[in-house]
Amino acid sequence: MSEDVEVRLTVNGDGYRVRVEPRKTLVDALREDCNLTGTHIGCEHGVCGACTVLVDDRAVRSCLMFAYQAEGTSIRTIEGLADADGTLHPVQAAFREAHGLQCGFCTPGFVMSIVALLDENGAPTPQEVREGLSGNLCRCTGYQTILEAVDIAAATLRATSLEATR
Amino acid sequence: MSATTSPPAGATPRYIGQAVARKEDPRLLTGQGEYVDDLSLQGMLHVAFARSPHASALIRSIDASAAKELEGVRAVLTGADLNGDAHEMKSSYEVLIGSVGPVLEPLASARVKYVGDPVVMVIAESRAIAEDAIELLEIEYDPQTPVIGYETSLANETLVHPEMKTNLASVLTSEPDPALDRAFANAVHIVQETIRQHRYINVPMETRGLIASWHSGRGEMTFYSATQLPNEFRTFTTRLLAIPENKIRVIARDVGGGFGQKAFVGREEAAVLLAAKRIGRPLKWIEDRWENLVSANHAREELVHVRIAFDADYRITAVFCDHEEDIGALPASGTSLTTGQMVGMMFPGPYKIPHAGYSTKMIWTNTCGRLPYRGPWMMETVAREIMIDIAARRLGIDALELRRRNTITEADMPYTSATGMSYDRLSIDRTLEKVAAGIDFEAFRIEQGEARAAGRLIGIGLSHLVEPTAAAGGSFGIEVANIRMQPSGYVDVYVGTGNHGQGTETTMAQIVADTLGIEYEKVFVHDGDTDMVPFGGGSGASRTAVLAGAACHAAGAELRGKIVQLAAHYLEAAPEDLEINSGKISVRGTPTHFLEMTEVAFKAYNDSPSLPPGMSPGLEATARHAADGITFANATHACIVEVDPKTYRVKVLRYLVSSDCGVVINPAVVEGQIAGGVIQGIGGVLFEHFAYDENGNPLTTTFMDYLLPTAADVPTIEYAHLETPAKGPGGYKGVGEGGAIASPPAIVNAVADALGMDLPSQPLSPSLLFAMVNRAPTS
Ligand code: FES
Ligand code: FES
Repeated sequence: MSEDVEVRLTVNGDGYRVRVEPRKTLVDALREDCNLTGTHIGCEHGVCGACTVLVDDRAVRSCLMFAYQAEGTSIRTIEGLADADGTLHPVQAAFREAHGLQCGFCTPGFVMSIVALLDENGAPTPQEVREGLSGNLCRCTGYQTILEAVDIAAATLRATSLEATR
Repeated sequence: MSATTSPPAGATPRYIGQAVARKEDPRLLTGQGEYVDDLSLQGMLHVAFARSPHASALIRSIDASAAKELEGVRAVLTGADLNGDAHEMKSSYEVLIGSVGPVLEPLASARVKYVGDPVVMVIAESRAIAEDAIELLEIEYDPQTPVIGYETSLANETLVHPEMKTNLASVLTSEPDPALDRAFANAVHIVQETIRQHRYINVPMETRGLIASWHSGRGEMTFYSATQLPNEFRTFTTRLLAIPENKIRVIARDVGGGFGQKAFVGREEAAVLLAAKRIGRPLKWIEDRWENLVSANHAREELVHVRIAFDADYRITAVFCDHEEDIGALPASGTSLTTGQMVGMMFPGPYKIPHAGYSTKMIWTNTCGRLPYRGPWMMETVAREIMIDIAARRLGIDALELRRRNTITEADMPYTSATGMSYDRLSIDRTLEKVAAGIDFEAFRIEQGEARAAGRLIGIGLSHLVEPTAAAGGSFGIEVANIRMQPSGYVDVYVGTGNHGQGTETTMAQIVADTLGIEYEKVFVHDGDTDMVPFGGGSGASRTAVLAGAACHAAGAELRGKIVQLAAHYLEAAPEDLEINSGKISVRGTPTHFLEMTEVAFKAYNDSPSLPPGMSPGLEATARHAADGITFANATHACIVEVDPKTYRVKVLRYLVSSDCGVVINPAVVEGQIAGGVIQGIGGVLFEHFAYDENGNPLTTTFMDYLLPTAADVPTIEYAHLETPAKGPGGYKGVGEGGAIASPPAIVNAVADALGMDLPSQPLSPSLLFAMVNRAPTS
């Protein structure tokens, strides 16, 4: 085993200094060393998307990245999405409205992927949404209500940005 | 007593029937869920298993010396070390119905029987160290010829379990019936075919796992578990460890799906419990995806030789369902003896069939053992519905017309099937007509002709089912609700379910809020902690709405009765004159003269001298409900697919479900159950296949090979609901499994229709479909 390394992570605006094995994945460091267990592990081989977080605003599978590779980046996880007063992010609120979750295990990964997707493209076509989400697996919902949630969230986000530009 | 059958008079349902927002969601949406891997205990160690690389082998020797020396390793345990600690490894279901096959051992001790069979358990300071230690183990095997393929297994002289002398685990056959034989002898047409289904599996997104913690001072075992059945896991553990049930606490906080997989204690979980007691430090085992795919038990590899007899008008006069299933080497405890019988008993399904017979064989192979997966008997619908389309094609009659002619109608209710299933309050003919109209069969046939002329292959498929839900039998047939209105007027509801995505905290709160006449926001439902809830069956088998719902109705009605009595005493009115609205109790007609429920609750606990003579203090009621036979539900599915004539890729263009699950508590929850099931079935037919090579090596051990459907692959599901209330309390019927049962044959039938050929085997992946089309005799 190689020596532990010190890694500095910025997650949801908070700084963490953790000592981890060089082989430790970002998702394990988030869950075990930063105590942020909202990011889940569904496969550890880059297919299910349960571990999706934002690294410098891009959706990343945190099971495919080593913790030390995230040094110097700004990471956003599901725990950092709602406002401080508990108001849900529009994507979270849309999931609640559309019943976009059942067991909820895949949900943080979906929510983060959708945040990134809508950030890049505020008015995706249905086909773009489906393709954009094809890297996230859900075994409960059959995706129906997740797709509805994306529509609701996109509309809310468009309305808010319209408001902001007024 | 009619009090238990519906919300009492005066209680207008405000929440039942509404898609209210779920109570579970605020925590799950913000990353605050508590799945078992999210929890840590002080001093906790981590477990990993070394597993067999052989489908069949004798274990010659295990040298763990190097593994034990690795820094951070705390223990290495083999079957020889650990198995003797296991007092009894039996599910309650096995205790109830008996068993076949060898007694399960936590770790394979002398012989491994499938690839993935757990052999050695390593306990270390981290999972990574435990996995490193596994690399250092020297396990010597003497490989044996494995038994692979259940269709040839019975003729094989090689045995999966040499001590059993046969590869046939069980065979069950219906009583000989001369009338059945006569019906076949007198048939105008007989259609027969063998319908095969391939192995595809539960795959919850959260794998199995537990944290077990032994307190030697108290002699108590506490374990956090991803389980569907907290109380059954507790009973299992009392037998396993031979300690009183009272000294065992099972806690399931949030559970990430199960679909049947988390309804049985796995051998690895038993091993962790035994080791935790021996080592005295909390142990965590979280299965990785490879382990989940190769060893968390499998399902669906089965066939039916179907024979259907018709008269001159194409009415079915008799059926015979000859079923065989691969149950692997070590099926989950108590699960593989009688499921096949359900396949036979449910085979007549939604059709009027005067005579029916069946036979079912459960067969061992050197593959991962079987366990129930969402609709464990669903091969009856798969085989029957594919067969109806094959018969229609061969007899030259339209598949919809053939179903219409044979479907049980509302006028036939109550109806008892030839296998003794009693149906009542079903709308089988109406769901069929709903989808026929919704998908517009006649218009489709015209469109199909035009498409064919243009070189496009489109097809339509139907599937029709009667679904047994909330069946009596075992602890699955009972449920409990304990309802307490606390001094604040807020209400706690304790149910024996094991919510793992069904929204039980929401739906049971809807029922209790309506039954008591208070706000949904004031009701909190608890399950999944055996120190908190009374014994109940758990979640599975489409039982929660029917059985937990009934218990909530009954306990709610009793509690409401007491509240009303108490309020009547304070208001100096007759109880029957009172009504409750949004937490206010008033004399009917004088809404301004009322008592707040909160006042009544406060007094019930804090002002006992003011209670009517003889009334006990406090506001609490408990009801236990036992299933009354089986609550049947019905549904019809229809879909339209397109097959790419070059790539043989199948695209589902439309998917329509008409389902009748009785009174709907929460339409969003009901549609969620249907959609999830339908997509699992579509995945099963088009993408998923757990495959072994001829030596028993699993070929699909990651999500790169075991393909789950994604958002890009699924149709938009359309619904056309019917609500025919069941006889039981609240009028609910189960809905958890029907989607997964009915969708596979709907897809197969649509693809077969597009290609104009029989498709008796699955999966329908592009390569296999190509092979089938090119092998088929040209017609
Ligand atoms: S856990 Fe990272 S993609 Fe599945
Ligand atoms: S909600 Fe359970 S896996 Fe998506």
